Amino acid sequence: MQLSRATRIGLRLATGGLLAFIYIPILLIVLYSFNSSRIATWPIAGLTLEWYGKALQDEGIRSAMLTSIVAAIGATTIALVLGTLIALAVQRYRFFGRETVSLLVILPIALPGIVTGIALNTAFRAIGLELGMLTIIVGHATFCVVVIYNNAIARLRRTGGSFEEASADLGADTFHTFRRVTFPALRTSLVAGALLAFALSFDEIIVTNFTAGAGIQTLPIWIFSNYSRPNQLPLVNVAAVMVLVLSLIPVYLATRITHGEGAGRT
Amino acid sequence: MTTKNSLATPPASLSRRLSGGLHRHPRVRLASLLAAPLGWLVIAYLGSLVLFLISSFLQVDSFTGNVVYDLTLDNYIEIFTTDVYRVIAIRTVLMAAVVTLTTIVLAFPIAFYMAKLASARTRGILVVSILLPLWSGYLVKVYAWRLILSESGVLNGVLEPLGLRGPGFGIVAVWLVETYLWLPYMIIPIFAGLERVPGSLFEASADLGGRSVFTFRRVVFPLVLPAVVAGSIFTFSLTLGDYITPTLVSNTKFLGNVVYDFVGVAGNQPFAAAYAMIPVVIMLVYLLVARRMGAFEAL
Repeated sequence: MQLSRATRIGLRLATGGLLAFIYIPILLIVLYSFNSSRIATWPIAGLTLEWYGKALQDEGIRSAMLTSIVAAIGATTIALVLGTLIALAVQRYRFFGRETVSLLVILPIALPGIVTGIALNTAFRAIGLELGMLTIIVGHATFCVVVIYNNAIARLRRTGGSFEEASADLGADTFHTFRRVTFPALRTSLVAGALLAFALSFDEIIVTNFTAGAGIQTLPIWIFSNYSRPNQLPLVNVAAVMVLVLSLIPVYLATRITHGEGAGRT
Repeated sequence: MTTKNSLATPPASLSRRLSGGLHRHPRVRLASLLAAPLGWLVIAYLGSLVLFLISSFLQVDSFTGNVVYDLTLDNYIEIFTTDVYRVIAIRTVLMAAVVTLTTIVLAFPIAFYMAKLASARTRGILVVSILLPLWSGYLVKVYAWRLILSESGVLNGVLEPLGLRGPGFGIVAVWLVETYLWLPYMIIPIFAGLERVPGSLFEASADLGGRSVFTFRRVVFPLVLPAVVAGSIFTFSLTLGDYITPTLVSNTKFLGNVVYDFVGVAGNQPFAAAYAMIPVVIMLVYLLVARRMGAFEAL
């Protein structure tokens, strides 16, 4: 393509500058978690691992961490089942309302999180369901379905239905075909989807704030209720790095598995 | 002889009979696929949305704090006639619009570099570098900006020797952080849109005498407009409902803060529901317009 030298250099600089803009805040939070001072000044006073030791022994952080992991696994499991089923139905069948179904799947993330949060909160109150782990999982699963659905449907679109027909022609029954043909083709896309769903659930706070109730805290909620307490600052920094790492690693693995296929489609 | 071949005469097990039945009746097969997920999405999610809509027409008894089950328009009347609620709604919509425009301006150069100049290897690395922050660490990223923008924070520390100061906490900080948060949601669709524009169009435009700015305005931009609209669905919607960022980096109230405060502190869920109808209506209109502009194909 015909681009002047100046334009090329300009685009390169803009790209580099933008990546710096995106990554410097993330690196700073990691740096601050090692800050030996209790207060966040710049430049930082010195480096220490003290806060990591304290954070790992902190009762609040430990139980919040456990809550987050259980909630993320629960939500991911439900989303895996529901998302795969919808993807199979939408991709392999033509039926009335098919477009509506695919819109319905996207709705929980297309509407602002606060709407999903308050709607679920209203419903839980109306049916008298106590807010707690179960309601957190229901909320997270609702917006995680779309991630699994997107990954599964992208894969189904690529593989087509001919292998399943061949399998049926060779005498395999419906379940056998799913186990031996459809599922193996879907497997890596489901693993990637599950990793993304886990990450999405693990650092979610907007919906969780409405569905968790007073008695239970996920790690992001722990951060949200402690960030303004000066004496908790070092521990909040460490908790923030924990959330970051536990959501970045699954996302990185997911992009490795699928080479970006489906991952950019939110 | 044929009994040796299990495929020719399958054992009439329950699973086999069920499977045969499913195979002969595709409608039943489809229904069994959709029953659980639609049950969930329609009952748990749409059901919640309906209850939420109904509750916005209810009232809370100011004495007892209990919800009174009489349908009334009072919440909506209060929202439309009280200045502060109107101001907050308008402020939030303007913020969402400005954030969206900022992300478009910032996204184009890097998206163009990724789509048209970078080698396949660099492109792969860049896509992953943009997707990582898109998917993770929302609260952590907002919190990181607290450390950067606070009085004794990084930005003031870096700018001090130059005799300058950062914006501090406030409305500029909200704009900066929202832009930072949702930028990847704009880069990815624009990148995908630009990738689909054939390089020959740039050459054709240049051959016909179009300069770069002209080519961008008249050839490239119209072609990637659906992608821009697709990205804007996310940047707009996510800014509209964000109450975490304004809480952490400003004292200014946005739409989400009002909803959150009314559910939590004030315990007036019906009023919160009525106020949350504003972003719902805005986003439904936005989605309809976006669909007409072909943005759904660019998602």
